[in-house]
Amino acid sequence: MGIDKIVGKPISRLEGREKVTGMAKYAAEYQADNLLHGYVVSSPITKGRIIDIDITKVIDIPGVVEVISHKNRPKLAWFDLQYTDMDAPPGTVFKPLYDENILYNGQPIALIIAKDFETARYGSTQIIFKFEEQDFQTVLKDNLTRARPAKKGFATALKPPPPPPTGDFENAFENAAIKVESEFQHGTEHHNPIELFATTTIFEGNGKLTIYDKTQGTINNQLFVANLFGLRYKDVRVLAPFVGGAFGSGLRPQYQLFLCVMAALHLKRNVRVVLDRKQMFSFSHRPPAIQKLRFASDINGRITALGHEVFAETSNFEDYTEPTASWSHRLYAAPNTLFEHHLIPLDVYTPMDMRAPGGSTALHAIECTMDELSYKLKIDPLDLRLINYSDMDPSAEKPYTSKALRACYLEAAEKFGWDKRSPEPGSMARGNKLVGYGMATGIWDAFQFPARVEAMISADGKLILNNATTDIGTGTLTIMTQIAADELGLNIADVDFRYGDSKKPFSMFQGGSATTSSTGVAIVIAARALRKKLVRKAGEMKDSPFKNVAAEQVVFKGGNLLLKEDMKTFISLKEIIAFNAGRPIKTTNMGKPHVLKLRKYSLATHSASFVEVEVDKDLGVVTVTRAVTAVAAGKIINPKTARSQILGSMIWGISKTLHEETIMDARLGKYINANLGEYHIPVHADIGELEVIFTEEKDDLINEIGTKGVGEIGLVAMPAAISNAIYHATGKRINKLPIHFDELF
Amino acid sequence: MRSCRLRMEAAMNSFEYKQAKDIPEALSLARADGTTTFVAGGTNLLDLWKYNITNPSQLIDINHLTELSEIRLLEDGVLMIGAGVRNAETAYHPIVEQNYPLLSRAILAGASPQIRNMATNGGNLLQRTRCYYFYDHEVPCNKRIPGSGCPAMSGYNRMHAILGTSEHCIAVFPSDMCVALAALDAVVNVTGPEGNRSIAFADFHRLPGDTPHLDNNLKEGELITAIKVPEKGFATNYAYLKLRDRHSYAFALVSVATGLALDGNRILEARIALGGVAHKPWRSLSAEAFLKGREANAENFAGAADLILKEAKGFGHNDFKIKLAKKAIIRNGLMALKPESQLPGAQPSA
Repeated sequence: MGIDKIVGKPISRLEGREKVTGMAKYAAEYQADNLLHGYVVSSPITKGRIIDIDITKVIDIPGVVEVISHKNRPKLAWFDLQYTDMDAPPGTVFKPLYDENILYNGQPIALIIAKDFETARYGSTQIIFKFEEQDFQTVLKDNLTRARPAKKGFATALKPPPPPPTGDFENAFENAAIKVESEFQHGTEHHNPIELFATTTIFEGNGKLTIYDKTQGTINNQLFVANLFGLRYKDVRVLAPFVGGAFGSGLRPQYQLFLCVMAALHLKRNVRVVLDRKQMFSFSHRPPAIQKLRFASDINGRITALGHEVFAETSNFEDYTEPTASWSHRLYAAPNTLFEHHLIPLDVYTPMDMRAPGGSTALHAIECTMDELSYKLKIDPLDLRLINYSDMDPSAEKPYTSKALRACYLEAAEKFGWDKRSPEPGSMARGNKLVGYGMATGIWDAFQFPARVEAMISADGKLILNNATTDIGTGTLTIMTQIAADELGLNIADVDFRYGDSKKPFSMFQGGSATTSSTGVAIVIAARALRKKLVRKAGEMKDSPFKNVAAEQVVFKGGNLLLKEDMKTFISLKEIIAFNAGRPIKTTNMGKPHVLKLRKYSLATHSASFVEVEVDKDLGVVTVTRAVTAVAAGKIINPKTARSQILGSMIWGISKTLHEETIMDARLGKYINANLGEYHIPVHADIGELEVIFTEEKDDLINEIGTKGVGEIGLVAMPAAISNAIYHATGKRINKLPIHFDELF
Repeated sequence: MRSCRLRMEAAMNSFEYKQAKDIPEALSLARADGTTTFVAGGTNLLDLWKYNITNPSQLIDINHLTELSEIRLLEDGVLMIGAGVRNAETAYHPIVEQNYPLLSRAILAGASPQIRNMATNGGNLLQRTRCYYFYDHEVPCNKRIPGSGCPAMSGYNRMHAILGTSEHCIAVFPSDMCVALAALDAVVNVTGPEGNRSIAFADFHRLPGDTPHLDNNLKEGELITAIKVPEKGFATNYAYLKLRDRHSYAFALVSVATGLALDGNRILEARIALGGVAHKPWRSLSAEAFLKGREANAENFAGAADLILKEAKGFGHNDFKIKLAKKAIIRNGLMALKPESQLPGAQPSA
């Protein structure tokens, strides 16, 4: 048709200027009349109970308005069910200030409310608690004997337990020609978005609340607040117009929301609560895990048995699981499999989804074990993957809607120069540095959640779209605008996507790399319905050439409707709205996955990462000098924002492998490096050349727009690719992350 | 049943702030009861204050003291560096770059550009340890509360000391700049209620012993005015190597400053100071004497390393530092023979 598509163009973030000039307002930046400030007091003990609280010195401080603890908190919802949120794992949701019991170190135990933040924080130093301490267990590896299966619940639907065994794993492994047995240890990681968790609650009166919150789900938190405090849904409005990173930590309402709303209702005042950086280590995190893998193959490298056993941390009150054990079988066929996921409840807060939950943990172990297998077989690691390449999903015995992983391997290998690798470990060097090449495979789910979008043409002929989704920093605003612009043949400037507001039509939480497909599909559905309405309305106009014309016979371009048959005949959107007495023409529609059709398929994104490291031969110092990641994720709506997603993930992969860990002191039962100085993430000097390839992958089955999501796939292959490169450089397999350089000399 | 109180050193947030216009005024404003803190860059003070580790009730701003703000060569060839000069200005000063490149390199290996632009030389000497347990006011720490115990000794001590430790404290002094100053035999000029005095660099910082709460030998009310660096700057053969868990903006696990005076490949004089291994920059005069007159090669640097590390003792997580320090001393010795082999960020030579 000769219409320039905006989808597929590297459009810069529409809100970029606002963000970099400080104009974008975050949850802690909304002002209100007589705003009060709450500061959370955190438990210094790990387990036990509060036996006394002395607040006399606090209430004497000028400017302190109230101190809320379990002793004087307002009455709360009685039943556990009312505490729940859309992403709650099976168990009992943690209730801040519920009673005197301390379940974990850093637990909120009081909220001090004052006229300003400084006074409230000062008040926190003047409150005196007496505790009775109890013995605690906070270290995974010391508690392996307490491992048990996870309880099942609502969240199990999205995070199913591993499938039952197939074939006869023990026998097959025992008698296999080639076998590898390995154990992996991962430490705790905290999300640490730069924006601190914060809530500003505006007490509107008449039982109404307007809440600015840091969240990855406005409606999730609206329901949480309304249920918990017995408010009507429509009286609670949660807004999150900008989110300064979240990485999964905003998928569940965090305790500052609860405390802020409680204080606002109790005092009938506007209240803000902001956590400090140390408190950012006092809730969700990626659980530490120990994984035991047993892979076997025949002498030609064909895999015959896959065994993957996981021991992961959870809290003593909820059973958090992330799908970890069975990923290998979605990549490689094997007649004999054994996958098990055990939980070990500890005296910590419940872990939570953190970018590529389960996948990043599992694929490090799986792809390092594959690497080890390749050395045993004396087969090139890439060749071993190709020998075991499966076009279908062996675990589900279903075809993928699309799978361009083979092309990912080949394109990335060529770009990287994999053919220049000399197979022997330690055989490549530059001066004082040993050089290693490593590669690994990535796979991640392609989720789509139901979403509703309201689409309308306003009097000025612009397209306005409404959806409750947040933009968690990935570029949602930009790509939704692109999708909508193409559907109505408009320029980007004529599309206004409005979001981040629970009052707007439904969106689930924004996680799992699902937002593009969820809200994007709903936009397409709504836009199609809107086109029909517009054509019908155009047909109602006097002497209209659009009378009885089907929507399919009309082209939308440049703010006009054109007859496909006769492109000189057109009518503008503005004229149609004028004909409609200036009233916008609108429609609200639901986009949802085609569950019945898709039941016959497996849905996944794939990637391949190739990494070069240098390791100092005397001192062990590791540098990731370059990395290439090829991603197959269906249609890429915006190559610029998508590339940023993959780059960020690749850097996170470097971080996870070489830097990042929250250190638990077993005797104190607390994290000891709870600050960004000592919780190491990479700095510029740690990052070499990174290259991203988007491998062509056309997918007409998966959804209306052929997208699969790119939020997590860039991370999953990197840790194994780096670890394998370190092995290739040094001959040392370090299966405990993060890898410290002193383990390499 | 145990019972404990939430430990919070009461930190009344209100404090008195005064700007001093010259040294006499700064000294006269200071209270004698230990509640005064001089502030210049304030980069570490802010951390300590926010974490409730320190709680000065009086701050005396010494940023405007012109007496502290210059770098100049004295007539006897000694370089005088003002205590109030910023770290970045010091590192990029032409005389420092030319005559004392070891000092310049060490400064640039520390912190971040933003912090180096703010932090002063005097403050660098007075920065406190980065021990996790020291910064957490909810847990015991002999440096914070003498007699309360040391959780680092049996806890996570990857960053901790292997030399000069005591049963009370295994914290390390985190500076890079001071490692070079120790190697260069600098002298610290101080002034105070009892007048001026000079302290040899080796005597400035303390080992923890029975008084882990004391980091240095500065007396109450004393102010550092300048650091004097002797003429001999080892500008021909020098190197600084810093080993850490990421390539920038992390404290040293082990760092080494090496200066060599050579006759051909024979060592006339050697200086080796270690950072990240003790409560102060660590030097061994016997190791330096061992190198005197010997060939500058890996074998002899290893011999010196053995002498330096003879008494080294690990505490579990930091056991690796003993082996690492030896390898670092050898590599840095070789790097000093080819100073151009040094990389930005004091990373190991290519």
